Amino acid sequence: MTRHYSALSLFKEGIAGQTGWVKAWRSPDPKPRYDAIIIGGGGHGLATAYYLAKNHGVTNVALLEKGWIGGGNTGRNTTVVRSNYFYPESAAIYGLAHSLYKTLSKDLNYNVMLSQRGILTLAHSEAAMETAARSVNAIQVNGIDCELFSLEDVRRVVPIYNFSPDARYPVYGGTWQPSGGTARHDAVAWGYARAASRLGVDIIQNCEITDFIIENGRCRGVVTSRGAIRAERTGMAVAGHSSVLAAKAGFRLPVNSYALQACVSEPVKPIVDTVVISPDTSVYVSQSDKGELVIGGALDRIPSYGQRGNLPVLEGVIAGMLEMFPIFGQLKMMRQWAGIVDVVPDSSPIIGESPLPGLFLNCGWGTGGFKAIPAGGTLLAHLLATGQHHDVSRPFDLDRFASGRLIDEAAGSGIAH
Amino acid sequence: MQLFPCPFCGPREESEFQYGGEAGNLRPDRDVTAERWADYLHMRDNPKGPTREIWVHMTCGEFFAMSRDSVNHKVSGSSVLGDVEHGR
Repeated sequence: MTRHYSALSLFKEGIAGQTGWVKAWRSPDPKPRYDAIIIGGGGHGLATAYYLAKNHGVTNVALLEKGWIGGGNTGRNTTVVRSNYFYPESAAIYGLAHSLYKTLSKDLNYNVMLSQRGILTLAHSEAAMETAARSVNAIQVNGIDCELFSLEDVRRVVPIYNFSPDARYPVYGGTWQPSGGTARHDAVAWGYARAASRLGVDIIQNCEITDFIIENGRCRGVVTSRGAIRAERTGMAVAGHSSVLAAKAGFRLPVNSYALQACVSEPVKPIVDTVVISPDTSVYVSQSDKGELVIGGALDRIPSYGQRGNLPVLEGVIAGMLEMFPIFGQLKMMRQWAGIVDVVPDSSPIIGESPLPGLFLNCGWGTGGFKAIPAGGTLLAHLLATGQHHDVSRPFDLDRFASGRLIDEAAGSGIAH
Repeated sequence: MQLFPCPFCGPREESEFQYGGEAGNLRPDRDVTAERWADYLHMRDNPKGPTREIWVHMTCGEFFAMSRDSVNHKVSGSSVLGDVEHGR
């Protein structure tokens, strides 16, 4: 039986006719009681399960997913990984995620195909260059790698960009995070699932939460489509449905659900070897390893739980992409889709104990949850294991909305939220 | 392009409209706790399914209430703001 992935095991299995591979994760039936329950089998939930077992030795854990793992936003994002945020609190949380991403393939024994190809956020005016300089300074002070790019630097990195004198959005320069890039999103989910399962976590798919078990004002488990499951601590990482589960638990969240669209083109030969964001067109583009151009844009402006986008926004995204890269005018688009994101007033995540004691939150990542998966998992695992905040998650508690200590990263993503 | 019904102008393209918030989120009286104020400012029902919302038709500038489904996006009606929305 081959469990460990390596060149040697690949070779051995090749000789043996690929007969010895074991399933990447087990699919056990749920037990009636666990030490901890995690709701949501996306990247954040799976990472929580893994770090709970690895960092805290808590392995009697159930991860409950209503569909299949990685089938929500984890499989719908545009795979960008970066940590160039403005505020120190954000730099700490996204920096933690980014540093864990760098060694993730080795840690999980699963190739997440991290490609640190750099990420470029353009500046389209003199004023935008001033803001970019301020932003680069702040990011550098936070200890994150980031550089201010001149027009010449941009020309060097993306020579196919629209630099024509009559461009609607002329380029003045930009900000550059060399360690940013992309990772294979499905591999992140599958890698965490496999590693967590090997440490003893029960990953239970097709198991939808219908209610919470609340006794003496505490969450003591969940009622699911596969029966009641009890635990003293429950964590939820259900981006897109956070408000729906919160309503079942009897509280509200500062979350609005919106669709965020993306699309990919037919595969073409390598032509863009970085991630390019234009804040003025609200569009960003990268190229996948298969050669597809991956194109993302701003949110649909209509509150929605329908996992599909509306046409006007897609039209705007394509128009913006063509303004940036007229060379793509003949490209055929292959797929378009949308994920439902939790949009929070300050565009920062919510991590901490919920108003229902015993239930812990990891939500509100808005349009940027994928890049934060290792941090979201580490921090929710810390909460579930200790009942206390990690220093990095403390500023992101739900209590900031009453205290007014918001972490307003509305501009942090570089695109419109 | 979806059409939204402005109660003043009739059906118009969705891009002419801006979402204003959930209907019935009334501003509390003065001298409330920080929690109550935060609840009004930030906390939302964010319902999945039938929902009633405040929208503004930007071309005529009028605010109105619209009943809609947040999953299939079907609009079931719109109306001028009434006593309920004004907290009367």
